[in-house]
Amino acid sequence: MKNNTRKWLAAPYSVWAVGFIIIPLFVILYYAFTSEEGALTLANFSYVLTKENLKALGLSLWLSFLSTVICLVLAYPLAMILTSRNVSQTSFIVLLFILPMWMNSLLRTLAWQTLLEKNGVINSILSFLHLPALNIINTPAAIVLGMVYNFLPFMVLPLYNILLKIDKDVINAARDLGANSVQTFFQILLPLSMPGIVSGVTMVFIPALTTFVISDLLGGSKILLIGNVIEQEFKQTNNWNAGSALSMILMIFIVFSMFLMNKYDKEGEGSVF
Amino acid sequence: MSNKLINLVDITKIYDGVTILDNLNLYIRENEFLTLLGPSGCGKTTTLRILGGFENPDEGRVLFDGKDITKLPPNKRQLNTVFQKYALFTHMTIAENIAFGLKIKGKSKAYIDDKIKYALKLVNLEGYENRSPALLSGGQQQRIAIARAIVNEPKVLLLDEPLGALDLKLRQDMQYELIRLKNELGITFVYVTHDQEEALTMSDTIVVMNQGYIQQIGTPEDIYNEPQNAFVADFIGDSNIVDGLMLQDRLVEILGAKFPCVDEGFGVRKPVDVVIRPEDINLVKPEDGIITGRVTHLIFKGVHYEMEVAANGYTWLVHSTDMVPVGEEVGLWVNPFDIQIMNKPESEDEEAPSLEE
Repeated sequence: MKNNTRKWLAAPYSVWAVGFIIIPLFVILYYAFTSEEGALTLANFSYVLTKENLKALGLSLWLSFLSTVICLVLAYPLAMILTSRNVSQTSFIVLLFILPMWMNSLLRTLAWQTLLEKNGVINSILSFLHLPALNIINTPAAIVLGMVYNFLPFMVLPLYNILLKIDKDVINAARDLGANSVQTFFQILLPLSMPGIVSGVTMVFIPALTTFVISDLLGGSKILLIGNVIEQEFKQTNNWNAGSALSMILMIFIVFSMFLMNKYDKEGEGSVF
Repeated sequence: MSNKLINLVDITKIYDGVTILDNLNLYIRENEFLTLLGPSGCGKTTTLRILGGFENPDEGRVLFDGKDITKLPPNKRQLNTVFQKYALFTHMTIAENIAFGLKIKGKSKAYIDDKIKYALKLVNLEGYENRSPALLSGGQQQRIAIARAIVNEPKVLLLDEPLGALDLKLRQDMQYELIRLKNELGITFVYVTHDQEEALTMSDTIVVMNQGYIQQIGTPEDIYNEPQNAFVADFIGDSNIVDGLMLQDRLVEILGAKFPCVDEGFGVRKPVDVVIRPEDINLVKPEDGIITGRVTHLIFKGVHYEMEVAANGYTWLVHSTDMVPVGEEVGLWVNPFDIQIMNKPESEDEEAPSLEE
């Protein structure tokens, strides 16, 4: 009786999941393996496995990796500082970090475009100060900047949560047993915060790998990431079969990297899955 | 006489404007089992954390073997701590936990393996090397925490309420274990607890603390039999604390009755606090008692009966192996030797805690 009620409570979400997650996945699968006429084929894969597309995929992987590393390096010390402060201060600083997440990411990326433009805000200030202009708009650097800016909170929050859970006396115990602060960090704090790192890395790496808005706005049309290529196949070339095949390839990369991450997260606490 | 190993000199610690420790002075002798005893917030844990190096005192110095270690970080101190919630490294096996301090010091593998074996044997957990600490019971985790600390051969072991999270039976077993360990290792133990029974059972020296001040330092017998003020008398064991008037040497007036006692030097007609332990009150025939009263309450406690006797406007707590039924008239008689006279409290921290239990 009780079990049945619980099942019914899950019904709305089940409908949603089937309608908007599972069916679309099968649609992509169908398109990826059929020709325009509907015949079963692998031609889409050989069609999309071009040098340019592989270059776009490689660049995507490289830039998302770079952004993830930068986010981790920025977020870890910040999370450590946050957990060492007293409560009233902390909630304010955490709020500062969450605040941008409440705003649409498209708007925020557009704002960066305006800031970074050749005659944009930053360069106006730099030229006013007689400093050399900053020309990173439409370069990979601008894309990485946009990714880090957009996804940094997703790194800070899981790290903050995991560090908050670690008993301060465990750190004290390591110090007590003779470890200096560097040894304590690498042998105790870092391994214990691994679930948070895994969760943060996943939450930054995957959206960075699939983004096309950031590369579109900050990379101009010159730099193509895999997300942009897929977008073009669907919207410009109108070749849904090729776009689906590319999506499949990207998905394989995502599942593979998730698998790698989960291997390092033994306890599975911080994992998204 | 063994020499003073640790000396705390004029230690003051203030948190957010609240004084936790006020000008505390204390020395710890080599090879003694010293217990810091007091209610929560009395400053006992802060004292221990200052010893361990996890807190810096705002004023004062910590001397170890005559050397000033006040500013020394924990990893440079020759003492190890056993934390209240064990603080084991959950991402390591038990052997790795125990080896942690030795690996940091760069000891050889053979030496470390030997030490792990020895320590596990000492805490009665042989064969547990490759288990994960998370799978152990509270008592086992605590013993691993002790093993992890003692393999480093500290001169002093600091223990912060190590038995607080264990159930009663286990706690009593662990008390004997700790005394055995202390005797086998021959090192100094500094133990923090709020449990007076634990303190009385294990310690060579008890330091009773309240509100950041030391109330009394002494052997368990001293502390129990001759409490120096109402706070100590009330905190250690059950007691009857009543107002008294010292009429002359060896005679005190309590609630209108004259009691012979053995205390001298308090002066004439001086108001004092009088402590009489419940087991020191003898129930006699009404005509033989110094005062007489009526039993109002009776509980069987196993070893003895606990009775409340209303006499001269005070409800006396009496422990006796003789049972007197409720409502019966009875005489109370106290051996002069069992009456403890104390000066009235000079400050709030020396007062008996208000009745909350």
